[in-house]
Amino acid sequence: MADQGTGSGTDVEKYDAAVPTGTGIVTSDRIENPGFEPVRLRVSELDPKKDKANERRVALMFGLSMIGSAGAIAAYIIFPIVPGDPGSVRTNTFLLGLGLALGLFGIGFGAVHWAKSLMDGHDLVEFRHGTRGSDATRAKAAEVFHLGNKESGIGRRHLIRNTLIGALVFFPLPGIVVFRDLAPAADPNQLLKFTMWKKGTRLTKDPSGVPIKASDVTLGSVFHVIPDGLNDLPDKLEQKAKAAVLLMRLKPEDLHVSKGRESWNYQGIIAYSKICTHVGCPVALYEQQTHHLLCPCHQSTFDITHEAEVIFGPANRPLPQLPITIDSEGYLVAQSDFHEPVGPSFWERKH
Amino acid sequence: MAKTASPSARKARATGRRSPLASVSLLVIGLLATGGAYAMFTTSATAETSSQVTSMVSQGQKLFAANCASCHGMNAQGSSAAPTLIGVGAASVDFQVGTGRMPAAATGPQIAKKAVQFTDSQIAALAAYVASLGPGPAIPEPQYLTGKGNVATGAELFRVNCAMCHNVAGAGGALTQGKYAPNLHSVSAKHIYEAMLTGPQSMPVFNDLNITPQDKANIISYLTYLNKNPSPGGLSLGDLGPVSEGLFVWIFALGSVVAITVWLTAKSN
Repeated sequence: MADQGTGSGTDVEKYDAAVPTGTGIVTSDRIENPGFEPVRLRVSELDPKKDKANERRVALMFGLSMIGSAGAIAAYIIFPIVPGDPGSVRTNTFLLGLGLALGLFGIGFGAVHWAKSLMDGHDLVEFRHGTRGSDATRAKAAEVFHLGNKESGIGRRHLIRNTLIGALVFFPLPGIVVFRDLAPAADPNQLLKFTMWKKGTRLTKDPSGVPIKASDVTLGSVFHVIPDGLNDLPDKLEQKAKAAVLLMRLKPEDLHVSKGRESWNYQGIIAYSKICTHVGCPVALYEQQTHHLLCPCHQSTFDITHEAEVIFGPANRPLPQLPITIDSEGYLVAQSDFHEPVGPSFWERKH
Repeated sequence: MAKTASPSARKARATGRRSPLASVSLLVIGLLATGGAYAMFTTSATAETSSQVTSMVSQGQKLFAANCASCHGMNAQGSSAAPTLIGVGAASVDFQVGTGRMPAAATGPQIAKKAVQFTDSQIAALAAYVASLGPGPAIPEPQYLTGKGNVATGAELFRVNCAMCHNVAGAGGALTQGKYAPNLHSVSAKHIYEAMLTGPQSMPVFNDLNITPQDKANIISYLTYLNKNPSPGGLSLGDLGPVSEGLFVWIFALGSVVAITVWLTAKSN
């Protein structure tokens, strides 16, 4: 590299010699060192009155800082947070923050103004120095290593060296095993593939858990649904994150039902997973007239009349449909779990 | 009559005796007169009320024919431009006309709220007319509109059923293809109730079996609470979350950082 550099350098010099001056070829692009700017005295150095004025300004900043800090304490006491009144929280935090900001910025602005207008302002240059140590230092360092090797005998005693390496390799293993065990003990693949819906589980209202009769669901209605018994589970939120369902009623003639799914709806009442197949946001923005279901996170749009087919946005698969029917008392129940995993793709998902 | 009656009265006085039936007949006459007058009065009152309803319906029909029929049809049967109004109920009319959405100025992705075009009595007449066409949801009872229900329950129901479109603070939000869920801050309790009950435009219906009238009252209480109490976090910036808050930080916070940096490195005069 260094040789090439000098080579091209000489080339330029050759050109320099060959071409007469005045043809516009730049011989060197190095910028001339302009040196220091001419010394320009500040007003506070020229005029003692201005000097005094700047001094007072700095003192004013520090004074404001004191007022701010004291004011913060005063505001905190005078405008306390009254439980149950959000307006008092707002006043309290606003005035406290204002006082603290004034306290801190007062010191900062004062210090900067002091340095800029009053402290000695001469220019100076400090050059970088090389990073290579002196030969004596390098020799000394090498000697320390040699001496260490000689005294400990690590280069000679192979048994000790190898067992030490072995001990160091084994040392972090307990940590890795313990941390790995923080992952769910059950197979996550199975957890992701199944929800708590099963044959005969009643559809109930979120959040009350009241079961829904087919006759309650009028045309144009939308119900936010959780499985019966969810509210009693200890891992309620984990289960809800998979099992949440949106229930809608359309005119049966508006539905385009594919083969094998004819019995999945009950007289135009349909249930779809509320978990977006893109990244798992809750899809619940249902438009009654267009029958479009919009995901608020990334605007994936599903057409409910065509079995929640994706008509816009980044989602790749339709929302899974929950097959439903009614029980002997007229309440809506699931026929089975979803026929495919709900929510976004994961590593082991086959399609 | 008086002439024929007076000689017989004089005769009776002259004899100094009254017929033994006189007091009984006086009692009967008095009772009949009072009862008859009362019956006449009440009958006329009923007739007046029903004629009032009839006149409201007929006034509503005239208003309908003049203002609504061009789209919804002379008999409210609907057309290719507008849906039928048979069975939508008084609540639907009160919401659509009472918020100025109807009569619509133009077709579009969504018919927006605008200045109300009719007086309260005209709206009531239109509602009475449409309600007379077929059974539908009625205008809500005032007991559910006080805003004094359970705010916490209302907030939970709002988050489950409404917040995905209307924003958790009721600030509204975008839907597909130019449609949007409107801001709920200045909407009256009656119109919020009617919107839940009837599902105007893109909004789904939340009937009384899905969200009970008491729970609707709780949701209204939550929205009333939001209107009355400022956001505890300071400036709400339209309650639009990271979009408006991020923009504010980029412009004002980073702007002042840049300004301070320029000041720090500038030479003092």
